[in-house]
Amino acid sequence: MSGEKVKLKGIEWKRYGPLLLNREWCKGCGICVAFCPKNVLKIGEDSKVFVDKEEDCTSCTLCELRCPDFAILVER
Amino acid sequence: MAKSLEYIRLDKFPHVWCPGCGIGIVMGSIIRAVDKMEINKNDVVMVSGIGCSGRMPGYCDFNTLHTTHGRALSFATGIKLANPKFKVITVMGDGDALAIGGNHLIHAARRNIDILAIIINNWIYGMTGGQYSPTTPLGSFATTAPYGQVEPPFDVLKLIKGSGASYIARGTVYHIRELDKLISGGLQKKGFAVVEVISQCPTSFGRRNKMGSAVEMMKRQKEETVPVKKAEKMSKEELKGKIVRGLFLDEERDEYTERYEKLIAKAKEVHQK
Amino acid sequence: MSKARIMSGNEAVVEGALVAGVRFFGGYPITPSSEIAEVLSRLLPQVGGKFIQMEDELSSVGAIVGASLAGIKSMTATSGPGFSLMQENMGLAFMAEVPCVIVDVQRGGPSTGLPTKVSQSDVMQVRWGRHGDQNVIALVPSSVRESFDLIIDCVNLAEEYRMPVVLLLDEVISHMREKVILPEKDEIKVIERKKPPKGQEKYFPYEITEDAIPPMANFGEGYRYHVTGLTHDETGFPTSDPEKINQVMRRLYQKIEKHKEEIIKVEEKYTEDAEIAIFAYGSVARSAYSAVKEAREKGIKVGLMRPIILWPFPYKKVSDLANKVKRIIVPEMNMGQIIAEVKKVSFGKVKVEGVNRIDGELITPSEIMAKIEEVS
Repeated sequence: MSGEKVKLKGIEWKRYGPLLLNREWCKGCGICVAFCPKNVLKIGEDSKVFVDKEEDCTSCTLCELRCPDFAILVER
Repeated sequence: MAKSLEYIRLDKFPHVWCPGCGIGIVMGSIIRAVDKMEINKNDVVMVSGIGCSGRMPGYCDFNTLHTTHGRALSFATGIKLANPKFKVITVMGDGDALAIGGNHLIHAARRNIDILAIIINNWIYGMTGGQYSPTTPLGSFATTAPYGQVEPPFDVLKLIKGSGASYIARGTVYHIRELDKLISGGLQKKGFAVVEVISQCPTSFGRRNKMGSAVEMMKRQKEETVPVKKAEKMSKEELKGKIVRGLFLDEERDEYTERYEKLIAKAKEVHQK
Repeated sequence: MSKARIMSGNEAVVEGALVAGVRFFGGYPITPSSEIAEVLSRLLPQVGGKFIQMEDELSSVGAIVGASLAGIKSMTATSGPGFSLMQENMGLAFMAEVPCVIVDVQRGGPSTGLPTKVSQSDVMQVRWGRHGDQNVIALVPSSVRESFDLIIDCVNLAEEYRMPVVLLLDEVISHMREKVILPEKDEIKVIERKKPPKGQEKYFPYEITEDAIPPMANFGEGYRYHVTGLTHDETGFPTSDPEKINQVMRRLYQKIEKHKEEIIKVEEKYTEDAEIAIFAYGSVARSAYSAVKEAREKGIKVGLMRPIILWPFPYKKVSDLANKVKRIIVPEMNMGQIIAEVKKVSFGKVKVEGVNRIDGELITPSEIMAKIEEVS
């Protein structure tokens, strides 16, 4: 289920396909959005990341690698 | 996945760095390098100086030491020499490593002591509000360069090469997979390893120099850098305004603490005679 | 009993440091302390220790603090100009509570001053050289033998109280060669830092304990704690909470305040019936003692109070002294630094006068004698 809550190391994450988001940690810099090769991510009205097209995600992990806030994890 | 969570002090998150700051990206890369080598966290010491980069050890679940401005390498030298089993990583900014800590940097390189030194170069003093640093490009604006920087910058890698070291590399936070390789290579190297990481400070450098957001600044890292292999085939004219990135030096040289262990053996022998 | 030997103060410092368990030296050459580095560069590796000549005094203290965090007893040696440079990372050692020893062989100043001449120029720099509040421990030997004893005390105090401790030597003590009989190793007490109890799961490196001295784990022992020069709470992480800051900084101050009576060490000679007292430390105390004996022969009731540990300052003892004598003389090789501390607790009780030299020469017994005669 999209948006399902997941606990990892006592921290709450939300799952969207292969992506896990921690919107508490996200500062909305937009780096993950700008450099996602498949335009999967977007910044919401609350200035934080959300998953727009989870079905397009190829789990390339570039968002996880470039996120300065450790707010995205990718399951592979 | 989720490997990074095993190496960070979760209760300290979210961290203090500004939105879009590259320091967090560098931290992720360092963590992946440690994880790749499967080093016990108890044997890792992370040392920093002062500035935005100085905060990194506080977020990493290693033995961590946040020292005085510019002095990270001197503390790291004491730790490594006292107990060579430690894997020692120092994290410094451009002002930290090259201005106030410049002397320690060249001497650590000269000794070729087994320390990985990460220099996060964002061209500016971020934490104190955007004053010019020894890497601020000529003409750039800073709070202490309101008419544009008049001092030429250091070429960090040439400086290190002239001093010693076993491993010298330059990466960017945009080229993240390459950065992972460079940092991992530096961590695995026995000897003094320097990785200069070009990073963005959207708050204190980008804004003042009309470079746009963190994203725009990272796009520049893509456009304004060339890999070292490609640069070899480029003319001086073509290289103008470009920053060369990649692995610049990877040499086998005698490491300092190993040389010191030999000295101890010799001293004991002399003593017994 | 060991054989009698002839050695200098600097050599005695080396011998004592090794006995006390120092196995790491990081330093930078400077007259008149360099022999300490030279001899240790030869002796330390013979016992598996490490010697490193750093690029300056800033990094020297950095290196010894690093080595100490790694679990090795560490020290450096310097003189006035180098001591000024060391203040920065000494501040970190106070704040982060890392044991280490700094030997300062004093010379004339300010600046390059008098590299080869005697002075007591750092007695206040050691107390107030860094910004912020911190209690300090500084020891002031009067002889070569005492240099040996006190460097051991320095290492022990550093370990016991988790802090930098300073041995303040006068140049003349460091270079003077005297006959000494050193004690056997088994007669010497060596203290190790207090560790967290074995098997303890959670470790707070700056825990507020009853004795105000938190146990210290070394790096690599599994606790993976954080050390910073920023004001931190008991967990070691920076804090800006006024309540926490107050609590932690007061604990740091209390660490010495609470134990000062155990730390303070003063020697008294002929003070019981004294009408005039001399308060002198380091090499000057030797001239003062000669003057006291001479005065006594002449029937003048003079006594000597000599702090062996200068900081924490023996205010109570000086105050008691001021209650019973008519005059206190404070000879020192500066324009009058410690005299101010004596005056603090003598005000309204007794007149305090200085005998001062700043020309790089010793204060002689006859100069002190002249002052005694003048005031008696």
